[in-house]
Amino acid sequence: MNYYVERTLRAIVTVWLVITLTFGMIRLLPGGPLVQLRAELSRQGYSASRINALIENYQNVQPDQPLYVQYFDYVTSLLQGDLGQSITNPNSVASIIGDALPWTMFLMITSVILIFAIAVVWGAVMAYREGSTFDMASSSASILLGSMPFYVLAIGLVVLFSYKFQVLPARYRTSPGVEAGLSIEFVVDALRHAALPIASLVITGAGLQALAMRGNSISVLGEDYVRVARLRGLSDRRISTRYVARNAILPMYTGFLTLIGFYFGGSPILEEVFTYPGIGYYLFQALENRDYPLMMGIFLVITIALVLSVYIADLTYGKIDPRIESGESSEAY
Amino acid sequence: MKPTESESVSGEFSFETTSSDVEVTWGERLRDFYGEFVYKPGVVAWNDRRTKIGGAILGIYVLMAIASLFYRQPTSNQAARGLRPFEVWSAPLGSTGAGEDVLAMVIHATPSMLIMIATGGVFATGVAVMIGTVAGYKGGVVDRGLTSFSDVVMSIPGLPLVMVLAVVFEPTNPALIGVLITINYWAGLARAIRSQVLTLRENSYVEASRTMGASTSRILFKDIIPNLMPYVLVNFANAARYVVFTSVGLYYLGILPTSVANWGLQLNNAYKQAGALVGTGALYQLIVPMLAIMGIALALILLSQGLDRVFNPRVRTRLAGKSESTAGEIDDETTASNEVMT
Repeated sequence: MNYYVERTLRAIVTVWLVITLTFGMIRLLPGGPLVQLRAELSRQGYSASRINALIENYQNVQPDQPLYVQYFDYVTSLLQGDLGQSITNPNSVASIIGDALPWTMFLMITSVILIFAIAVVWGAVMAYREGSTFDMASSSASILLGSMPFYVLAIGLVVLFSYKFQVLPARYRTSPGVEAGLSIEFVVDALRHAALPIASLVITGAGLQALAMRGNSISVLGEDYVRVARLRGLSDRRISTRYVARNAILPMYTGFLTLIGFYFGGSPILEEVFTYPGIGYYLFQALENRDYPLMMGIFLVITIALVLSVYIADLTYGKIDPRIESGESSEAY
Repeated sequence: MKPTESESVSGEFSFETTSSDVEVTWGERLRDFYGEFVYKPGVVAWNDRRTKIGGAILGIYVLMAIASLFYRQPTSNQAARGLRPFEVWSAPLGSTGAGEDVLAMVIHATPSMLIMIATGGVFATGVAVMIGTVAGYKGGVVDRGLTSFSDVVMSIPGLPLVMVLAVVFEPTNPALIGVLITINYWAGLARAIRSQVLTLRENSYVEASRTMGASTSRILFKDIIPNLMPYVLVNFANAARYVVFTSVGLYYLGILPTSVANWGLQLNNAYKQAGALVGTGALYQLIVPMLAIMGIALALILLSQGLDRVFNPRVRTRLAGKSESTAGEIDDETTASNEVMT
């Protein structure tokens, strides 16, 4: 089968599987969300038919229908973008996500771009000066930074910059009263609010990525073709950009997109520390309030973001790396 | 076993014998295994400063876990309220606003953390080795099926999945939490192991075993998995670090049940209740659990970095007193198949 067709199918199957998983968790778990929701509603004195109508509204399942009809309804409404109704929030799940998602994407994509810019330069310099004091100190520093969970650093940054020096805001996406729009005031305010969350991801993440880049560069430096290029008398600049940098950065490319997905997954912790209303923050709120429609909706969106980023990575990797022309060989190693 | 070593170590793979079991006793084989996969890597690992420091730090945590058997449980009003660190010897690291001994809190969180790390690491690496080796060695339909399965599992975001499952199941057993946290961590590792197996499978000694008619499970357990051990150990350390970060994060957020002591809960208390942010007075309540978390993560990173050198065949053979020339051959062999000249 064609690699691209297979890869596309796999992405679709993954999303479908996760949809089914969320359906199963809502519907089939003993004592699962629906049972709890029903108990909660009947405590509030709703009639049985009213409860069924509410549940249908919240979760896109009609409890009195046979299971396969419920499943079919659930999947079709998801495909139509109807993620149900939040229990604790007056808005629909889709509109909450629509409001929050751009902010989370802004945080995650900015952080990952910064991480890779730092890692590539830092790692290359470390590799070039392998064994020097600089290399030793840098490697130790990267390991130390990597041993710190980002949320631990985040708490530290809040203590230091928001409370002690009071230079950067500790919470929210923007200051109250600042209108969203392309005004300088808004952009500066949004950046100031994003500075600490981004800093905590970048500072803890860049070191280990730099070590990976260092490893790649060192192994490329030892390759025969680099030696041959030297013997051919090519300029140092040409060797370092065309031969070493290119081949050392390539393996990091897939890591780049998967890291975005990975940080997306970590967003509940980060956004909770900074009270930053992105999708992670809402996921945490939903978990805390047992707001299952919101919880499952956000879980689905995060999954789709991750599936998409890995999918794009896989499809474009072959285009960028000439060594992997056909899909089959990229699968092998 | 490396192809070049197999001849010198034993006659096991020589073509003159049809059945090697007759000549090599179990004792000899055990000794070979010990020398090849425990002693030599151990020497290399121990020669690496990172492994030494990492091991030493991890040792401190084991001591703390043992100490938890003797040290008092943290309860409220066991010390004066709001003591600073090093004020009184009865509560050396100070106490919380409720009069809990901070040192007792740190110590009593250690055993469950170590259990979580161990079960999470064993589960993740165990499943990964099983699926990765079978997929890589068998190839064909089995490989396609297992690889697609790992791919699908890999694409589900770990932390949100764990959070949702934790809310639905509310696990309290640390071993169960360890497994839950690594519920899809194994998938990426299985893919990596599969590609390792793909290169190992082509080695001449594996081919020899196959021609001699050895069963698949025998080849996997005798020829393939031992060669993966250092790599698996590296990833065990990485999985363990992931378990530490995730579990502390979940406890900090209050998503996992608060009945089990954890450093994340201490962070949460210090952050939310003691007001460690506003005044600097309660900052120590934040710093003490932070140091505990960073210490164990540092130990695990150092171990994985140090063990990584064991995995690198060139370094390994050189330090274990093998000749440079054979080591070079092995290294060239593996890299040549990975890197195609542009």
